[in-house]
Amino acid sequence: MLDKLMMYLQYPFVIRALTAGILIAFSASLLGVILVLRHYSYIGDGLSHVAFGAMSMSYVLGIVTQKMLIILPITVLTAILILRVKQKKIQGDAMIALLSTAALAIGYLLMNVFPVSANVSSDVCTSLFGSTSMLTLSSGEVWASVVLSIAVTGMMIFLYPRIFAVTFDENFAKVTGMKTDQINLILAVITAAVIVLAMNLVGSLLISALVIFPALSAMQIQKSFLRVLLMSCLLSVLGTVAGLLISILAGTPVGSTIVLVYLGIFLLCFVIGMFHD
Amino acid sequence: MSSIEIKNLIVGYDHQQTAAVGSFIISKGDYVCIVGENGSGKTTFMKTILGLLKPVSGTVQFNGIRPKEIGWLSQQTAVQKNFPASVREVVLSGFAGKLAYRFFYTKQEKQQAENNMKLTGCIAYQDRCFRELSGGQAQRALLARALGAADGYLLMDEPMAGLDPQAQSTFYQCIEELHKKGMTILMITHDHRSLAYADQVISFAQEVKIMAAHEYLMRVKNVG
Repeated sequence: MLDKLMMYLQYPFVIRALTAGILIAFSASLLGVILVLRHYSYIGDGLSHVAFGAMSMSYVLGIVTQKMLIILPITVLTAILILRVKQKKIQGDAMIALLSTAALAIGYLLMNVFPVSANVSSDVCTSLFGSTSMLTLSSGEVWASVVLSIAVTGMMIFLYPRIFAVTFDENFAKVTGMKTDQINLILAVITAAVIVLAMNLVGSLLISALVIFPALSAMQIQKSFLRVLLMSCLLSVLGTVAGLLISILAGTPVGSTIVLVYLGIFLLCFVIGMFHD
Repeated sequence: MSSIEIKNLIVGYDHQQTAAVGSFIISKGDYVCIVGENGSGKTTFMKTILGLLKPVSGTVQFNGIRPKEIGWLSQQTAVQKNFPASVREVVLSGFAGKLAYRFFYTKQEKQQAENNMKLTGCIAYQDRCFRELSGGQAQRALLARALGAADGYLLMDEPMAGLDPQAQSTFYQCIEELHKKGMTILMITHDHRSLAYADQVISFAQEVKIMAAHEYLMRVKNVG
């Protein structure tokens, strides 16, 4: 088995998948801690549906190579709408549900009414579950994830005290004179960027899992915010590497294999956390 | 001497009046309790002072103090109980508003946070997780956080709610100690015991009245 693994590790596409996978998992797990604690667990799911809707729109408009020019702005705007607009009559989670279902419906409708390729359902399936796309990454896409993970890490390090304050108690932060709107804006833009990139590379099923699972797993065990962040990163990178290698060796779909590894990690942490208390 | 000057103030949500507060001055070093029925506008008034709500009409003017130098202890329900953070991290976040153009807290601020934890008696459990604390412990941690932001003024919204009698008296002592050191206290309360410490009472009923604490206690007794 080790021989088989070593053989696969010689292929550049495997190395690229591993690199991008680790970097995206790392970025998403950092953001995930913040998003889960702010009750936006479903934002990964919601935004990726919005990105899917935007993608269909760009196909219909005949913009395929520069589709990011449409997808990214729409998703960023939606993220700002969700994270910044405090609507009294629509709560955050309901807002996510509303936008994501609407976007999914628009996207699927557009793909059906103006079919671009013969096999609509396969197109839909690919964008939702990532299927094998993770193993077909270009080096440009790998570079994009390098840049993004540097941005996320930089943000987490340099804005750490502010991000903690806003996440723990936004009203208090505002009262003490912090510019909470600015922090929320930065978070919204970075969140949207990570999710759009991740959706393209690994599919929207996996991006939700990347945001939620490592954060929740770490929260079962760790007792300080910093430790939760660090452990969340560690678990997500471990889970992604393990999931990827298993899927290559066993020939299972990449996305769902990684999600199941995450689930296993979460259950383990949950049990450990129970005995910890 | 600094003060918070309230002029012809009417507070409320979305231009809907909740209470006509009127005019008065809270001077540095005062100990003021705010009493009244639920829904009479006490919290709305406090949030207006803090700048979280806009006044329906009238003004809140700060003399010799910047609005962000006020420490605030909100109602307990407003803070996430299940948050995975150590007491130390929570207390330190009280200084977040003072970061200005810095990225990190200074050594001085960390030292100050430690002093605040000593003062409120939460230094003993500074490494424990916020979600594991009892109501009284959590409240003292949040008080220590408020002190990080407070520069002479401390606003509290029912800080005693949900605390057992033992925790309440510890908390009162703590606040009294702060007051003796010159901290201005403005506290919403349902507990008549706190009035024993207060100089003045703002009573929210049909009308909003401000009076000396002993005068208020006399009135309450006469009615009872």
